[in-house]
Parts: sequence; C-alpha cells; structure tokens
Amino acid sequence: MYRAALSALLSHWWRHKVQLASLLLGLALATALWSGVQAINAQARDSYDRAAQMLGQGRYARLVSPEGPMDQARFAALRRAGWPVSPLIEGRLRLSDGSVRLIGIEPLTAPQGVAPEGLEATASDFADFLRPPGLLLAAPETVEALRDEPGLPPLRAVEGILPGVVVADIGIAQGLLGMGGQLSALIVTGDVPGEVAPGLRLLPPQSGGDMARLTDSFHLNLTAFGLLSFAVGLFIVHAAIGLGFEQRRAMFRTLRALGLPLRDLCLLLAAEVAILAVLAGLIGVALGYVVAAALLPDVAATLRGLYGAEVSGSLSLSPAWWLGGIAIALAGAAVAAGQSLWRLWRLPILAPAQPRAWARASDKARRVQLAGAALLFLVALGLGIWGQGLVAGFALLGALLLGAALALPPLLALVLRLAARSARRPLAQWFWADTRQQLPGLSLALMALLLALAANIGVGTMVASFRATFTGWLDQRLVAELYVTAETEPQAAELREWLAPRSEAVLPVWSVDRPVMGAPTRIYGVADHATYRDNWPLIAAQPDVWQAVAQGRGALINEQMARRNDLWPGDAVDIPGRAGMPVVGVYSDYGNPQGQVMIGVDLLVALYPDVPRLRHVVRVAPTDAPALAVALRDEFGLPDDNVTDQASVKAFSLRVFERTFTVTAALNVLTLGVAGLALLLSLLTLAQMRLPQLAPVWALGLTRAGLARLELARALMLAALVMVLAVPVGLVLAWALLSVVNVAAFGWQLPMQVFPADWLRLAVLALLAGGLAALWPAWRLARMAPADLVKVFAHER
Amino acid sequence: MLSVTDLAKSYGQGDARVALFEGVSFDVAAGEAVALTGESGSGKSTLLHLCAGLDLPDAGQVRIGGRDLAALSERGRAGLRRGQIGLVFQHFNLVPSLNAADNLAFQARLAGRHDPAHCADLMARLGLSGLGGRYPEQLSGGQQQRVAIGRALAARPGLILADEPTGNLDEATGDAVLDLLLDLVADTGAALLMVTHSERLATRLPRRLHLHSGRLG
Repeated sequence: MYRAALSALLSHWWRHKVQLASLLLGLALATALWSGVQAINAQARDSYDRAAQMLGQGRYARLVSPEGPMDQARFAALRRAGWPVSPLIEGRLRLSDGSVRLIGIEPLTAPQGVAPEGLEATASDFADFLRPPGLLLAAPETVEALRDEPGLPPLRAVEGILPGVVVADIGIAQGLLGMGGQLSALIVTGDVPGEVAPGLRLLPPQSGGDMARLTDSFHLNLTAFGLLSFAVGLFIVHAAIGLGFEQRRAMFRTLRALGLPLRDLCLLLAAEVAILAVLAGLIGVALGYVVAAALLPDVAATLRGLYGAEVSGSLSLSPAWWLGGIAIALAGAAVAAGQSLWRLWRLPILAPAQPRAWARASDKARRVQLAGAALLFLVALGLGIWGQGLVAGFALLGALLLGAALALPPLLALVLRLAARSARRPLAQWFWADTRQQLPGLSLALMALLLALAANIGVGTMVASFRATFTGWLDQRLVAELYVTAETEPQAAELREWLAPRSEAVLPVWSVDRPVMGAPTRIYGVADHATYRDNWPLIAAQPDVWQAVAQGRGALINEQMARRNDLWPGDAVDIPGRAGMPVVGVYSDYGNPQGQVMIGVDLLVALYPDVPRLRHVVRVAPTDAPALAVALRDEFGLPDDNVTDQASVKAFSLRVFERTFTVTAALNVLTLGVAGLALLLSLLTLAQMRLPQLAPVWALGLTRAGLARLELARALMLAALVMVLAVPVGLVLAWALLSVVNVAAFGWQLPMQVFPADWLRLAVLALLAGGLAALWPAWRLARMAPADLVKVFAHER
Repeated sequence: MLSVTDLAKSYGQGDARVALFEGVSFDVAAGEAVALTGESGSGKSTLLHLCAGLDLPDAGQVRIGGRDLAALSERGRAGLRRGQIGLVFQHFNLVPSLNAADNLAFQARLAGRHDPAHCADLMARLGLSGLGGRYPEQLSGGQQQRVAIGRALAARPGLILADEPTGNLDEATGDAVLDLLLDLVADTGAALLMVTHSERLATRLPRRLHLHSGRLG
C-alpha cells in the first residue's frame, strides 16, 4: 500500500519538474548560505582555539605582570622556588612587507601542546631549534611568504601552526623582537605551590582566548545574515511545498477515498518531504562549501584587518558540519511543510478540491497573519525600548522582519481591493481581481522579496551612514600632514631633531598594549598640542579635558570601551601602574573594536618606560608635505611605508572599512538573488495553474500577447508595491542596526543618514527582478498554442 | 453485501439545521445492481458517501459485509474502502501524474492485490489497449471514465459505488461506458449501487431506489 501511494505522490514531482527544481533549489540555496556561514565561523573559531592552544591559554593557566613584560630573572626565581612554569614571549615581528606573530617558547619546560608537534622528530632539528642562529617553525604558507625575507634564521614548515604565526626558541625570539631578557608570560604547567608572587597575576585557562571573545560580535553578525538568507530560501521551499500540496488536493481526496488512511497519507507526505530535504541538503552543503571557500579569504582579511586575528584561508571541515547541513535542510523543510501538513490533517475528506477553497483558507490565514504581524511588531517595539545586548538586537531584527513579511499579504490585498474599486473599465477590474486571486500563490515569493529588499535597504543605509560618518571622522581626526615611523629609537631621536626646524610640530604617537578591565587595550600617549585640542572628535568631555590629560590628571577612553564598561566622564579607570585614573572624556573611534585609553605622553613614558618611541605625526604646511616626505626618505633611508601622507592613511583606513562589509554585501546580493529566484519559480509554477483563469478571458476576445503583457505588468506592479513597502521596513531595520546592534556588537553609535538615490537603484533592480521573473512565463503564454487554451474548456481541471 | 438501516443525515447547526433525509433503509445483495435516483439536492451523493464511509450518519447504520461502518475507526473504514469497495466518481478523479495503466492498477496496488494479468484484461475489455502510457490529460472524458471504472474493479471489490458515472459524458459515450460497467460488474458478481439523475439510465438497471423529500420511495 505504502509503496503504491508513495509512488503516486512522488509522480507529481516527476510531472512538475519546475516545481521540483524550485523546491530542491530553494532548500539547497537556503542550506548553502546557512552552512557556508557556519563553515566560515567554524574555521575561524578553530583557528582561535588553535592559537590559544599554542599560547598555552587553552589548557594552561598563565602568570602575567600587569605592568607588561617581566624580567627573565622572575622565571629563574620561580623555578628555583619549585613553581612548574615555562617561559613565553610573544610579539609582532616586523618584516619588509607587513609583520608576523612571533612566539618564543622554551621547549624543555614547555608543556605538551604548547610546543609544535614534530619538533622532537629528529635530534638535529631539536638542536637547530635551540642553538643560534635558531630555527623558525611556521605553517607551509607562512614559510613560503617569508622565504625571501632577509635577516631571518632558517625556516622549517610544520603542519598545525596557524598561518601568520612563527614559533622559535625563546632566546632566538627575544633577539628578533628586541626584548632581550624579557618575557611576556609564564605558562603554569602544574599545581601552583603557594601564593602568587607579588607583582604577578594568575590568569586561568580559557578556551578560545581573548580573540574568540573579541570576534564574537563579528561572527554573530555573519550568523544573523546567514539566518536571514536561510529564511529567504525557506520562503521558496514553503511556496513550492504549498503549491505542491494545493495541486494535489484532488489526488489526496482520491487517495483517501480509495482507502488510504489520513494518518498514513500525512506520514507518507512527511517521508516525501524528508527524502527531498536530504537530497537538497546534500546539494546545499556542497554549495555551502563553495560559498564558504569563496568568502573565506575576505573574511580572513577582515578579521586580520579588524582584530589582528589570523584565520586559515583554506577550509577543513568536520563530519559534524556536513551532518549539520543535512539537519538544517530537514528542519527547514519541516518548518516549510508544517503548515501544509497541518491544513491537510484538518481538511475533511469531502472538502472541495478546487483552488478557491484554498483561497478561502488563505483569507482566514491572512487574518491570522495580520494578528501575528501585529504581535511581532509589539515584540520588536518592546525590544527596541527595553532590550539590551546583541541577542536582543537580533531578536528585534527577527521580529521586525518576520512581522513585516507576515503583514505583506494583507496589506497587498488591501491595496488591490482599493485599486479594484477605483477601476472603471472591465479589463482593469478583471486585472485587479485576478491579481488578488493570485496573491495566495505569490505571497510567499513576495514576502521573500520584501525581506531581501528591506535587508538591502537596511544594511545599505547602515553601511552608507557608517561610511559617511567614518569619512567625516577621518577628516576630523587625521589632520596631520605626515606620519613617520623610525626604524630604531636612536633614529627616532635624530629624526625629531632633524624635523624640529623644518615643521610646525612633531608629535609622538606612542602606545603600549596592556590589559585594562580584563580586555586587551591599547594605551596611547598624547602630547599637549592644538592638533588634538581642535580636532579630536570627543563625544563626552569635562571642561578642562586636554589640560587634565596633559598634566596626567585624567584619561580619555574610546566609545567602545566607555559603552562596554559603562565608563563616562567623572568615573575612574584602572590602568596598569595607575589605579583610579579619572575618565575626563570619551572619543569616537570607528573601525576598531578594541578598547583604547589616551593619557599624557609624559605619564605614558613614566608608567611604561619600555614603550617603543618610533611613530610620530608631523604638522607642516600642506604644500610643503610632499617635499618633506621625499627629504625624510633621502636623509634617513626610510622605506616608503615608513613615511606616509594623510591621503594614504585615509585610503588605507577606508580600504579596511570597505573590507569589513565585503562579506555582508556579498550575502546581501546572494539573498536578493535568492528572492528573485523565488519570484521566478513561483510565477513559473503558477503559470501552469493560471490557464483556467486566462482561457476564458482569451476566449472573450483578448489576444495571447495582450494577456502576456498584462502578466508582465502584474509582476512589475507587484514588485513595485513590495519595493514601496520595503522602504519603511528597511529604514526601521537600519535604525535597529545602527542604534542597537552596532552599539552592542562594536560599541559604536552612529547617526543615521538616508540615501534615496540608493533606493532608486534598488527599485530598478527589484523591477528588473520582477520583470525578468515574469518574462519567461509571459513569453510562454504569448506563444501558447490555441489548442492548449481550448483544452481548458474540454476538461475539468 | 450492503445493508442500510434507518439512516438519517442533516446539515447546518441549531435553527439552521436542515434534514436531508431520515429513516432510509435498503439492502443491496451480492450480484445485484441498483440505481439510486432523485432530484438535485435530494441527498443522493450524500447517501452514497455514507455508504462508502466517507462521511458518518447522524443516525442509523451502514453495514458492508456485516460490518457496521460507524463502529470502525477512520483507519478501519479506509481499509474497508481499500479492500471491499470500488468507487467511480462523476469527475473520474484519476491521479493526474500517473498514466492510464498505473491509474487502473492503483487501488489494487493500495489493497495489496495487484494482478497484472487481471489489469491487462480489464484494459483490453475497457478498450484501453494501447492507451496505458497516456496521462489523464491526454485522454478523452469517456476514456478517463473507463480508466476509473477499471480502477474500481481491479481489486475485485464486493461492492461498487458509482456516483453519476456518466454524468460528465455525452449520451452515446455515457451509454457505452454504462454498458461496460454493467457487464463487468455482472461478471465479477459484485453489488452495484449507482447514483444517477437520469430516468433513462436508471431504467437500465434491474432495481431502482428513489430519494424524494428525504424519504426513500
């Protein structure tokens, strides 16, 4: 019985290949975008974990000095006192083209997992590693990149080390980093025998380390967009399954009349959906791999640019990811088919099988949808007013988008009803009435289009607002004409002396990286100069802010640090070496998720004598800057990268900014593409079912070409209506992204600006998508043989 | 084979409740062919649906092969339809995505009684040889109804319930289809209850029941 019934049910798809293709494609695309994003996240998290493991953060506690690097003598003293510790040094090794992260370990005392595997493979390797000139271990791609770098010890490729990371013996690393006799931390390899030594702090083991915490918001953003793409794809699946069920209503009735119990019918349909979902899931995860592989280099570059996080550019995925992809396809199919199965379960065996019954059911469903939309809008409103944090922000976006999607069919029905009332000519009356009748079949595709357009407007507005604010902020903040980095401190001193008579001012840009309030933070020293007083973009400040900073009485902090820790002028912040430093101002600092503290440069040098004193900004008449830059390079033999002008720094900053949104833009375009596809597939599927409605109008005197034009006009009109409704939804979305999600994710609050020209471009795209989607069905209608239309009158369809 | 006792059915609720018929009783023996006639809206099709277990009566009993349909679960009634009843609808109700041969064999397959030789024989007797690969939309109305009759008979049911089986066909085609139905039912020894609004067709069957003003005459 089951075999015969299942083959009858499946035969429907064989006879409706476009519908089958739309179902499989929709689910495959939804799965692909979702699992692609998951693959990227998994790859990045794996990289963080591996990085943390290499530093001993993952499995081992560490002893650090709140003051920064510690003296090597501490290691010897603690070992003598019986402490199970191993020394570690870490820093950026500057190269002719960029830098790498250099980790120095002591292999004899380093615990398992900290030293790269395979180091002890041969005695000669081990000896080479320990004795000068040393041996640098790195991932094969890093070794390849460093092959021509002069002045480095021999390199050896080792699997398992992250790209961009180089491991060396501690003595060799100290020499390369210019940190002789200093250590970054001590790895604790066993039980601590007593109280932690004075001046040191014990950090517990952490999985994933700081990097995972720092990048959480970035990955949550990606996940949210993956989820949006998945939801848009599910609309296609929902539409395809819904139509598949509607078209088979007569078959279901016949099957039941012929003796197939309702429960068995529902189980068979669920099995059918599961079979199709597994098939689509397999295609989807394969496509997801392609999506992830295509996007990963950009994501890796963004993570490197924004967070300094090294993520491998090649994918290595676990079986769990593949199974997860299939599972999400099954879950998506279950969600998409749930409503149809529920309707079937509740449908009396003798219910009429005509589409009108479905439409009536949709009238009722529309009222339920409207109520659901109102409820979701209330939830969104509540979250907007009272919600806090990133999860609440994304819940707000979800409620808003889903509410808007649910509200679309009733709103469109209302607009069409009003249009029908105002229509005078019979053809116009038929056009509006017929469009309304088509709404149930098209509404899911239109909802998908609304989501994609609204997301496009929202994200577009956010990025454009961000870009405008960021550019203005850069103009304000980057006022110095030249940025100079000396190669050594003696050279820096000479450089200052040489520049003094040739410029208006030479201001230090010195900084140290120290943990502040448990988070990695950069502490800058700032000179008392009009360059800062007149231009630095402060968003909150006490009256004598610059004087207080210059005299070492107060500190400025960046907005993200202020928001994260709720620190504002009048509060105090503990920085290493100076507890209870008053906060005297907060400045905006876009494009950087890390915390920053600015103190007077004299205080910086006093607190952190080891601060590198290499970077400076030079104030000079703008017209003199190019000549001065050339003279600086000639006089001191500085590489081009060490002397940059304002325009180059701005261009670099904007490049980093643009890259941050590359992946978001790619997902946005993909989502819009999926929505366009949803519309095309829905129109194609509906085209077959439309003949009974079109044939009588044709018989009454309208040409096939005329009908085709009307079909095209209908698609364009619906796309335009959806676009109009997408604008307010997109703007609310942009507000939520700028005022809630960005603040929670990055700590930046940005003023919202609107860009109507972008909407116009998007409207053209929407019309193009609608027009292209309707073109094929309309063309087929225009060329349909009259005999096929006549058949409508010969058969009960 | 079919026994109907004091059957009553009404529609609507409360004051709007309208009795369709009540106190309807009749039997149809194995091998017997009975026409059920009545005006439009008299409840003929509803009575047939009750006999098929597609709907349940307000009162009274329907027994098929001695089994009370009301006492069976939905699953039980479905099993009974699958194995013992052959249904022929006015609008054929073929599965549009199956070809003629598969449609004809469909109920027999559902019932687990598929006999390819019997189905081939039915195809031939119904004049459908050579049309087995065609889909319903590629068949004429008469051909579709012949497939539907074949489907009803393929599982060798004890009772055939036909609802206006020729109502959608022209007179000549309708007569030909009815001849085939009566011949095949006579050959199988099944009981036949056929709803029709046509006096002319009703006289072709040996026994006739007339539903009028909610009563059987």
